[in-house]
Amino acid sequence: MFSELTLVAARDGLRRKQFSARELTGAFLGAIEALNPRLNAFITVTPELALEHAAAADAALARGEQGNLTGIPLAIKDLFCTAGVRTTAGSRILEHFVPPYESTVSANLLRDGAVFLGKANLDEFAMGSSNMTSAFGAVTNPWTRQGDNAPLVPGGSSGGSAAAVAARLALGATATDTGGSIRQPASFCGIAGMKPTYGRCSRWGIVAFASSLDQAGPVARTVEDCAILLTSMAGHDPKDSTSADRPVPDFAAACRRGVKGLRIGVPREYRSEGMPPEIEALWQQGLGWLREQGAEIVDVSLPHTKYGLATYYIVAPAEASSNLARYDGVRFTSREDGADLTELYEKTRAAGFGAEVKRRIMIGTYVLSAGYYDAYYLRAQKVRALILKDFTDVFRGVDALVTPTAPSAAFAQGERMDDPIKMYLNDVFTVPANMSGIPGLSVPAGLDAQGLPLGLQVLGRPFDEETVFAVGAALERAAGFAALPSMRAEV
Amino acid sequence: MATYTIEGATGSWEVVIGLEVHAQVISRSKLFSGAATDFGAEPNTQVSFVDAAFPGMLPVINRECVAQAVRTGLGLRAHINLVSRFDRKNYFYADLPAGYQISQYQHPIVGAGTIEIELADGSTKQIGVTRLHLEQDAGKSLHDQHPSKTFIDLNRAGVALMEIVSEPDLRSPEEAGAYLRKLRTILRYLGTCDGNMEEGSMRADVNVSVRKHGEPFRTRCEVKNVNSIRFVMQAIEAEAKRQIAVWEEGGTVDQETRLFDPGRGETRSMRSKEDAHDYRYFPDPDLLPLVLDEAWVAELQRGLPELPDEKRARLMREYGLPAYDSGVLVAEQAIADFYETLARGRDAKLAANWMMGDFFAALNRTGKTIETSPVSAAALGQLIDLISDNTINGRIAKEVFEAMVETGEEPGVIVERKGLRQVIDTGAIDAAVDAVLAANPDKLAEFKAGKEKLFGFFVGQVMKAMAGKGNPALVNEALKRKLA
Repeated sequence: MFSELTLVAARDGLRRKQFSARELTGAFLGAIEALNPRLNAFITVTPELALEHAAAADAALARGEQGNLTGIPLAIKDLFCTAGVRTTAGSRILEHFVPPYESTVSANLLRDGAVFLGKANLDEFAMGSSNMTSAFGAVTNPWTRQGDNAPLVPGGSSGGSAAAVAARLALGATATDTGGSIRQPASFCGIAGMKPTYGRCSRWGIVAFASSLDQAGPVARTVEDCAILLTSMAGHDPKDSTSADRPVPDFAAACRRGVKGLRIGVPREYRSEGMPPEIEALWQQGLGWLREQGAEIVDVSLPHTKYGLATYYIVAPAEASSNLARYDGVRFTSREDGADLTELYEKTRAAGFGAEVKRRIMIGTYVLSAGYYDAYYLRAQKVRALILKDFTDVFRGVDALVTPTAPSAAFAQGERMDDPIKMYLNDVFTVPANMSGIPGLSVPAGLDAQGLPLGLQVLGRPFDEETVFAVGAALERAAGFAALPSMRAEV
Repeated sequence: MATYTIEGATGSWEVVIGLEVHAQVISRSKLFSGAATDFGAEPNTQVSFVDAAFPGMLPVINRECVAQAVRTGLGLRAHINLVSRFDRKNYFYADLPAGYQISQYQHPIVGAGTIEIELADGSTKQIGVTRLHLEQDAGKSLHDQHPSKTFIDLNRAGVALMEIVSEPDLRSPEEAGAYLRKLRTILRYLGTCDGNMEEGSMRADVNVSVRKHGEPFRTRCEVKNVNSIRFVMQAIEAEAKRQIAVWEEGGTVDQETRLFDPGRGETRSMRSKEDAHDYRYFPDPDLLPLVLDEAWVAELQRGLPELPDEKRARLMREYGLPAYDSGVLVAEQAIADFYETLARGRDAKLAANWMMGDFFAALNRTGKTIETSPVSAAALGQLIDLISDNTINGRIAKEVFEAMVETGEEPGVIVERKGLRQVIDTGAIDAAVDAVLAANPDKLAEFKAGKEKLFGFFVGQVMKAMAGKGNPALVNEALKRKLA
């Protein structure tokens, strides 16, 4: 059954000619056709293109050429520009935008033989934690509470990517993480998701949300699958001035390292009041698994954690307010004509952007305004430096940190929509990694009382994704997470 | 230099001027993209996805533009900041594709420097340069192509500009003009900007205020985008007079942005301080701080050409030229090069006189430049050689020069073809002298009676008889002998 395969298993099957890339791709396209109407995980499905990629992969395999991802069907978050394939960023304003160029990350995946199934749904311009803000409709989490069919959110902003992987509509997906947009949906959907160090993956060709925080990464069923995907996605790109000129290690090999002798930090500030006891319990259990495998558990302090979320919601909207100025109706966006230029801007942007995007543009414009800049943006940047210093100090004594990924399991669609602050609290554990640029991985570790998946987060030193993968794989092995979502493909 | 003042009803007013010059960097490609920068290309043919601010596009700094800014900073004897930063200046306009201009707000690449200006009376003055920073140009909005639509040309969008800001050290339109000319000369020497104000590759914003002697600065107004030195000088005078009138009528000058209308010779309000944009500057997160290697800056320093001030001093020293001549000859590098080719191994002052006299006059008359001159430095040098070795005399030389301008021929060829070689055969000169004296017995008698002024008359008659080709010294000598 194709739907039972991990990426690693599918790669082995292709290599052993147990099935062809076309058969594999066909099975996933069938699954998408069957389930996407219910999940809405894809905004655009590209079956012809996928079969073309698959045919090329089969030809390569027949020649004995196997790249890292030859023949592996993936979903691409619709924030990555794909040459000749509509790229919407989940926004009405880019509804008809077909980029003439391929983002560096997706080009790297194609270079290594991947097959693109289509473009995954997301919160509009990646702004959201529920995938409710997409102009192309909400995504439904393939998981449901026991005895309750109420549709749940998959998390966000990479909700389409996470839901597609969880429902077995793709073997993996690209995602991006600005404040938790890879890790939180991975946690909500019971899969693994890795946000690498800022600069590890090129941002070139990814629709920008907050440039100093945005980072691409993979979501997949397993930690090792993520490691394999990241190996292809990562790498220095001269077209992105913030991309790191460093060699890309063999991340998959790091997954087999084990944790013996590692010092694992437990930040006391993450033990927030009101955390559900089952999340606290799972956290303790995770630490126990690591101790059993030979790691030393150490209590540590990250005193500025409590300012992370507040400063994030200054820095990210500030950058977004500037990054989104280009969607003005003049060039590639949809346009609402006006009597003059100002009216054209106002009508185009009023019609093209959703409420959450408008809210963040207004917050960002406000915090950068004359008279407020020092009090908000400048102070937030100072706090950001302190958050990084917290991590730098702590990583002198420990090799990685383990925390819960999110303060709750998936919630119902429509919940928390009336209170943006409550919605923003979803990111409380994930935001510090973006503010400091360090890598973070979410690993499915257990279920809550209602049968919904919960993830644990592993944080590591900048550019030490290898240790993060090693710890994540150790948690994954111990957790033996085998639960399945109620909605999933069986092909 | 006498102080420039404007007389008002309440006394004399001093004018305070600062200039912000936008100089387009000479570089093959734009500041943050690989698109070309040629002037005059078909609209929207030199535009990359970065310039058009397509989704996901990112800026990458062009090393050559940075080098040009550093060279310019060094040429202005300015402090080079080894760490500088790019900021976003946010505002909406149809020809600004990203909705922000990448500029350097708080941390420019070049700090304080100076420009020495020379004034008409021969005095010099040091004008402070506050800073120089790099920024992107915007595109162009074309409002005259369609009755109801505006067309956008993005060829210029993203081209590198250097904004060079002066201290408020200038005190007259003349000083402002001298500053702009000197800055343009320096930029052209450095090869960092072509200084062509007509094509818009150099534009000036002029800050003007007025005050009574000894007062602190009063409120200034900024006159935007003035596109010639003459207009800058006119705009300063017009704006200063306007402000004086406002103050003297008991009003106050409001800080605002104004435009100069050369047709009417006046400035008018563009936007008041209240309407001023809030640019919401913040560091561009797509770019890392620009960190320069000290050794690289030193290498650029070593590669700088000799600059106008140094060249002027050297011409005075090496060629013994007066300050004025040297100043004229270094105004353009090509002129200075021409001069030095010409003067090498020749009478330096004679060479300078020829260039600044007949040669420049001929260029002016024919509408040619030093680069397109019909007379090369070598050819002009040959002409001077023909004077120095007595082949032709100075008067004939002017005739030969005009022929050179017209035909482009070498002077020796012209002299031979026209038979202009001067006569140094004393027998022929004596014969001409004898004939002139014989033909003018009355004048000869007057001369002998003491009217010595007539010597000049005889010289003229002899030269005329010899069709101007007589060697003036030999003619003089022969006459003196015969008349003794």
